[in-house]
Amino acid sequence: MKLEHKNISENNFEQCTKCTICTLYCPMVEVNPLYPGPKQSGPDGERYRLKEPMYYDEGLNYCLNCKRCEISCPSGVRIGDIIALAKVRNRKGLPTVRDMLLSSTVSVGSVATRMSGLVNRSLESERFRRGLESMVGIDHRHTLPRYAEESFEEWFRREAAEKQSCYSRRVSYFHGCYANYNDPALGRELVEVLNAVGYGVRLLEGERCCGMVKIANGRKERAMRDAKRNLVAIRRAVAEGDKVVATSSSCTFALRDEYQYLLGLDNEDVKDSITLITRFLFRQWERGNIKFAFREDFRMRVAYHSACHIERLGWAIYSTSLLRLVPGLELEMLPSRCCGMAGTYGFKRENYDYSQAIGRPLFDLIEASGAEVVATDCESCKWNIERSTSKRVMHPLSILAAALDMERTRELNGVMDK
Amino acid sequence: MVVVGGGVTGAGVARDCALRGLRVLLVERHDLATGASGRNHGLLHSGARYAVTDPESAAECVGENHILRRIARHCVEPTDGLFITLPEDDLDYQRLFVESCHRVGIEAERLDPAEALAMEPAVNPSIVGAVRVPDASIDPFRLVASNVLDARLHGAEVLTYHEVVELLREGDRIVGVRVRNAATGEQREVYCRIVVNAAGIWGHLIARRAGVEIAMFPAKGSLLVFGHRVNHMVINRCRKPADADILVPGDTISLIGTTSKRISFDEIDLNEVTAEEVDVLLREGTKLCPSLATTRILRAYAGVRPLVADDNDPLGRSISRGIVCLDHAERDGLEGLVTITGGKLMTYRLMAERATDLVCRKLGITSLCTTATTPLPGSKEELKGASRRGRKEFLSLRAGEKGARGRHGDMAENIRFERSKDRALVCECEQVSVAEIRYAIESLNADHLVDLRRRTRLGMGTCQGHLCAMRAAGVMAEMRGDAEGALADVAGFIDERWRGVRPVAWGASLVEAQFTQWFYDGVCGLGDRNNDSDKKEE
Repeated sequence: MKLEHKNISENNFEQCTKCTICTLYCPMVEVNPLYPGPKQSGPDGERYRLKEPMYYDEGLNYCLNCKRCEISCPSGVRIGDIIALAKVRNRKGLPTVRDMLLSSTVSVGSVATRMSGLVNRSLESERFRRGLESMVGIDHRHTLPRYAEESFEEWFRREAAEKQSCYSRRVSYFHGCYANYNDPALGRELVEVLNAVGYGVRLLEGERCCGMVKIANGRKERAMRDAKRNLVAIRRAVAEGDKVVATSSSCTFALRDEYQYLLGLDNEDVKDSITLITRFLFRQWERGNIKFAFREDFRMRVAYHSACHIERLGWAIYSTSLLRLVPGLELEMLPSRCCGMAGTYGFKRENYDYSQAIGRPLFDLIEASGAEVVATDCESCKWNIERSTSKRVMHPLSILAAALDMERTRELNGVMDK
Repeated sequence: MVVVGGGVTGAGVARDCALRGLRVLLVERHDLATGASGRNHGLLHSGARYAVTDPESAAECVGENHILRRIARHCVEPTDGLFITLPEDDLDYQRLFVESCHRVGIEAERLDPAEALAMEPAVNPSIVGAVRVPDASIDPFRLVASNVLDARLHGAEVLTYHEVVELLREGDRIVGVRVRNAATGEQREVYCRIVVNAAGIWGHLIARRAGVEIAMFPAKGSLLVFGHRVNHMVINRCRKPADADILVPGDTISLIGTTSKRISFDEIDLNEVTAEEVDVLLREGTKLCPSLATTRILRAYAGVRPLVADDNDPLGRSISRGIVCLDHAERDGLEGLVTITGGKLMTYRLMAERATDLVCRKLGITSLCTTATTPLPGSKEELKGASRRGRKEFLSLRAGEKGARGRHGDMAENIRFERSKDRALVCECEQVSVAEIRYAIESLNADHLVDLRRRTRLGMGTCQGHLCAMRAAGVMAEMRGDAEGALADVAGFIDERWRGVRPVAWGASLVEAQFTQWFYDGVCGLGDRNNDSDKKEE
């Protein structure tokens, strides 16, 4: 046995020295006295749950899974994972209709894009949303994301797939459900930017939902099924020499960390090959492998919001460094705070008020900032900030795409115009 | 009558006597359960451990095992136990073991290794055999407190922190005791018809003060406390009893023990655990359950077995754990004194019954013992409630209420969670709320922070007092209006916690202890306080 494995328990829960710094950094603790806080819910509560599962505290259901407790922990305790696993273990019976709806991103998305006109009109109607609230418990005050008329995958197959073989280098793209069904423009921008710097893009074979929302909604078995399929696809791509890039920070975090720690899947062989698009681009640029040419007339004042899961990955620096490359872009860092949305969490009636209370200080900072645009790598932060402030929210990649002089960039990278 | 000793035996005697209508005063020089009663495995033996070597004790154990499961439900966790045979052990012993168990009426079911592993995944996977027996874990602190509480509910008086300094004698008769208040030094005399010496190993000294000799045999046993539940069943080695061969899941933690070392009477108050003992406990413990090697150890502690030396066994292993009840009138010609000793934690009720029977006989009282059927306060209902509704109700409670219900059983109804502050946790590791601390101070004879630990588990968890000591002192100071006293208590409490951590101070436990020191010394200024008083003394 290696020395470093001595006295290390699962999720490091015994390494907790009860310093309580996690509780200080927990956004839920600030607004909700019914939440016991990460220390009590995590390592403290785990001892009692090990003694007798009935000691499970229902207050744990308030946890956002933001993992800010883990970031703050000086002892490396995976507090959020301990809580998430306790929630999964305690879950009995079938999930509610609401939780099924919110977490069935692929099934709902594929139907909704086909009838996007009707779906979007309905979702815009307050009466419809009130009905949804009374029927399933999705808070009517929350606007739900719009669905696209055509999914990203459909567009890609029709418009882009064929051309990708002309590029000498290649990556695989894990688009996630959001880019696929709600914001295909983000996917299109990714293809455009990667093509411009000389990379061909291909999709993973049979990509499934990353599983993040399924785990959060107590559907671990389904998450596991999807995760295993995704890993098969990712392994195939990696074996063929691809890096797998994603635009969503939460999908990236799920593929890399939640698979390993919450689902117990061994992804060590491909973990390092799964990365966020901003990190991929910045590192390639840094090594001189790719070059950017920017539009001279581009001007934008941007405030960057670091989403919880990118914060946990420690990768916000790549997104901001990439943005800082853009001349004419003024970047302001917002203090790192959770926006309260946490994926599907903020949609739920019982969470709505807490979710908004958590986000309020951030929204105020955003309003007070001089920025025109808020940049963030997380789709759920985007929905929440857009509906809660007057600002537009963009993915850093979208900003990059808007700032690049594509023609000159292609030239610089030796890409022939077709 | 006066009962000397606030351990489990004394508490049991006080309760039995009070239930039979006697006027009882219980005197204890420290707090309840500070001796061997609070320094053991907390194991509700099935009796199997003694089946081969000491069938008399085994039979006592199995009988009491069934009784305590009924009358002390809030103290007992019916975990069952395994007696495992490792490759290095003699599998033939298992046959003898099972036969001996059956002979004294202990259920013993042979399992194949795979079954045993499925039942208890923490057990050493290389076992070659296992026997399942009805072992259980029992919380000794709660057991003592419940007995004392019931004695008081039946009219008994209790004086903790009062030492018996003299047995008052008139001719050939003990007529009372002189007690000294440990806090004030004040002495007073208490007259009575009978004194029951239930002082454990210190009973030797009490007897001597009465001018009689009981040859007692102090044998120190050390144990280690692991940070959380590693095992869910008691795990024993299926061989002749030896060092460190029992792993007990006790409340939130697991306990490995014990060693056995003969010590002199000068050492019975020291309870030091040596590095060698820690080594033995860890080495042997990992044979029962390999994951102990990688589990955080919270502390080490030791207790002294009050064995009555009736042979010259140097290790005290084959000595009988049987009950010794002495009528000193018969034995030594000294009236008014009864000694009850020997036995075990879990045969305390039977010991109390025998002593009380003797007392009643001497006083000409005919009432019969009812302790085998009368539940202790708190034992009325099961923790979870067998019903779905009971489960649901328990699940919906907040941490502090759950903790209180788990510890005090139905007596938790007397813990008042009225304001939100009452629900606030004082001890986060062990889910002890402000309300529970108040209840312990008001109703369970808790005078000091260390007493609160024994009533509630305050400071027994992972942080060993780091977060809770100051908060509990705050509650205590508020209730008593004595901040200085509470502050002095904090220092004592933290020092006592450190004593237990020191023998196992490495890894996370050392980090924790260091952090605790910074906190109390640096932030709270407790170190300066001690230094100031040192200077004054100089």
